Amino acid sequence: MSEEFEKLVETFREETYELLSELESSLFELEKDPHNSGEAVSSIFRAFHSIKGAGGMFGFDEVSRFTHEIETVYDLVRAGKVLADKSLVDLSFAASDLIREMITSPKEVAEQKKKADELLVSLRQLFPEITEAKKAKKSALPKEGEPVMLAAKLKAYRIRFRPSADIFATGTNPSLLLRELCGLGQCSVIAHSDAIPDLDEIDPELCYTSWDVILTTGRDLDAIRDIFIFVEDTSELSIEMIDDGESAVDSADYKKLGEILVEKRDITPEDLQRVLGGRKRLGEMLIDEGLVQPESIQAALLEQEHVRLIREGRLKKEVISNIRVSSEKLDKLVNLVGELVTVQARLSRNALYTGDSELASIAEEVERLTAELRDNTMNIRMLPIGTTFSRFRRLVRDLSKDLGKEVEMVTEGGDTELDKTVIERLGDPLVHLIRNCIDHGIEPPEERISAGKPRKGTVRLSATHSGANVLIEIEDDGAGLDAGAIRAKAVKKGLVDPDAELGGGEILSLILAPGFSTTENVTNISGRGVGLDVVKRAADSLRGEISIRSEQGKGTSITLSLPLTLAIIEGLLIRIEDEHFVLPLSAVEECVELIGGDRHGRHIANVRGHIIPYIRLREQFTISGTPPEIEQIVIVKNETTKVGFVVDTVIGENQTVIKTLGRVYKGVEGISGATILGDGTVALILDVSKLIRIVEEGEVSEQASR
Amino acid sequence: MSGVSEITETTQYLTFKLGDEVFAIEISKVREVLDFTTITKVPRTPDFMRGVINLRGNVVPVVDMRLKFGMTKTENTVNTCIIIVEISLDGDTTVLGALADSVQEVIELDPEKIEPAPRIGTRLRTEFIKGMGRRDETFIIILDIDKVFSVDELSLVRDAGDLPAPGGAEPSGA
Repeated sequence: MSEEFEKLVETFREETYELLSELESSLFELEKDPHNSGEAVSSIFRAFHSIKGAGGMFGFDEVSRFTHEIETVYDLVRAGKVLADKSLVDLSFAASDLIREMITSPKEVAEQKKKADELLVSLRQLFPEITEAKKAKKSALPKEGEPVMLAAKLKAYRIRFRPSADIFATGTNPSLLLRELCGLGQCSVIAHSDAIPDLDEIDPELCYTSWDVILTTGRDLDAIRDIFIFVEDTSELSIEMIDDGESAVDSADYKKLGEILVEKRDITPEDLQRVLGGRKRLGEMLIDEGLVQPESIQAALLEQEHVRLIREGRLKKEVISNIRVSSEKLDKLVNLVGELVTVQARLSRNALYTGDSELASIAEEVERLTAELRDNTMNIRMLPIGTTFSRFRRLVRDLSKDLGKEVEMVTEGGDTELDKTVIERLGDPLVHLIRNCIDHGIEPPEERISAGKPRKGTVRLSATHSGANVLIEIEDDGAGLDAGAIRAKAVKKGLVDPDAELGGGEILSLILAPGFSTTENVTNISGRGVGLDVVKRAADSLRGEISIRSEQGKGTSITLSLPLTLAIIEGLLIRIEDEHFVLPLSAVEECVELIGGDRHGRHIANVRGHIIPYIRLREQFTISGTPPEIEQIVIVKNETTKVGFVVDTVIGENQTVIKTLGRVYKGVEGISGATILGDGTVALILDVSKLIRIVEEGEVSEQASR
Repeated sequence: MSGVSEITETTQYLTFKLGDEVFAIEISKVREVLDFTTITKVPRTPDFMRGVINLRGNVVPVVDMRLKFGMTKTENTVNTCIIIVEISLDGDTTVLGALADSVQEVIELDPEKIEPAPRIGTRLRTEFIKGMGRRDETFIIILDIDKVFSVDELSLVRDAGDLPAPGGAEPSGA
């Protein structure tokens, strides 16, 4: 297979995945309200139809054979001949899975074919109408709507219709013809009434009027001719295509008024030339000269307008429509921007030192542009999280069915945007959390009723922005977590010391520890003890935080707090001795001075009457040397508490391009990455909450050993 | 498994000095040699992990070979340099800097000039040594750089996190 074709197939795959997810969300709609979801049925039909067509084109014959029959069923549903019930929805979900499988691993054709046949057999049993429909379809004309869909290119026609004067005598009503014409697409009609005589001379049985029609439609010439088929012989009819919908256009402007009129033989080129010598607008002049009727001008103007509109539409479509870009290219762009940011930092630094005001202003300009470029580039990588949400709806549906529980999934904030890489890596942890909610959280219906809760459990998945973070919350109204049981279990497994004093939050966090699972019986859904620590690890790798709240009997809520982006952050640059570090600015509350060192050996500062414990980074990082007389405390917010970090100097804000420390330093705690400073040296990025935890743990064990 | 038996054809080596001893790395593993530059220490890591440097926009870890082999810390002299090597770590190619007192030359060694490492007397773990090359009257220790920088060797980094937090309640600066 050629590489070129392989690329096309890849595109087809991606598009099909998209179609399938659209299909699934329509299926959910259909399931919710089977009697009143014509829109959903149409969109399901369209999805299957597109998959069928494209599948055949790219050599996935099995896909197109299989899809064809399902499409037929939905065609029947669409026509109101059969009702879409639950079993059809179930089958469709299964079909969607199978199609996905078929295009993902086309090698296992034999097994897939077997599955496809099984599905089709049950489909035929459900809907015996298929076979009839198939027979009927062969002879039937192409379905209405279909050609329009395929020939999506809009063309513009100019139709001049001058019926013979005695047209009424044949029983034809020209206005009906025009109405039919309008039904084909967007239509502008101008009546020429100049031939109508004075009232006392009028013969009511004769037609004096003629029409100019400008029609924009996806249908072809024959469709238009068909309308006039019975009057064609007696009337004067001309149909011309004035825009074929294909030729590339550089601008939306159409022919000049004069040209149109000449082309339509409303005036002669000589007249036009003569009149153009005048000064008024052409149309007015022509009317003044009595060369054309006002209606003709109006028709020509309308024609101009009409074509301009469709061309504009097409230009817009060509310009605005999305571009598919491989994520590799995007990553490269982000890297380049990262490097640019680093170089810009160097420029700004040098401009500051040389004291050249001209250079300084250039550096400032570059800084502004770089920041804008950075934000825009980051924005390109942002995707709405809703795309993953739909995947979970499916999961909830399947799981609750398997477990005999009734669960409804509510999603909020699907349009919240997150970095592409974050979204990609978020999928698995969320799956685990949702599985957990349904398996361990939500009770079976009977239990719920006896607990005075609605029969149906609810899992709420929501995403919201909170500063530089996105909060993703998974909440269920199930049984909640039993802190006592968790503690006992953790002790039993040796995860905590039996005498350890733990806060409520800490106990709940134990479920995130590796090898922890509260339900005794292992189900195939969750409970193998590998669940939640995966979530924890994934959150860590995304520099995220997990917090758990739970009320027994009421439900559990797990919140993932994730950074918006993984590539560039706003940082606060600090210095201890000769070492530079970066703190994420999003966590920093304020900076205050620490004068005179520690009091009574305690690391506690009094900031405007508030007690703030602090951590001496110099000690933590064993940096030698003596601290300066006046040190700085950078106060950061960590979950609910505030903690200070004592440093020598606070240098200032820094656009921090995050680089990983690589595999070698994978195990280092308290450092989340590195960045390159303006002078080319490397500064480490501190993981604030991890550092605080390390110090906490250190002090706890120190107290314990005393 | 490793060692001299793998060497079957004439290979080029980059030689460098740690103290008075001459070591060699296969040239195919070496990417480039840099002058000494500012190294940023990563806290809570063993001393032989000297830290990270900026290599044209990439953050690259640097290992002090002297400390790694039980000698004293590498001092910064005119000759001190960082040999950038490409090693395979768990199957992934990783770029790493090795700090050496000085880089000597690129030499060619025939297989017959290379002998297996003696079990004792080198003060080095035998698995680090691919063989001993003979050149004139001197011996060159040919390193198995993938072994020296294996996951196990570098995973010491992880253990360092468990070291007791330094400092403690000791009041400073007062």
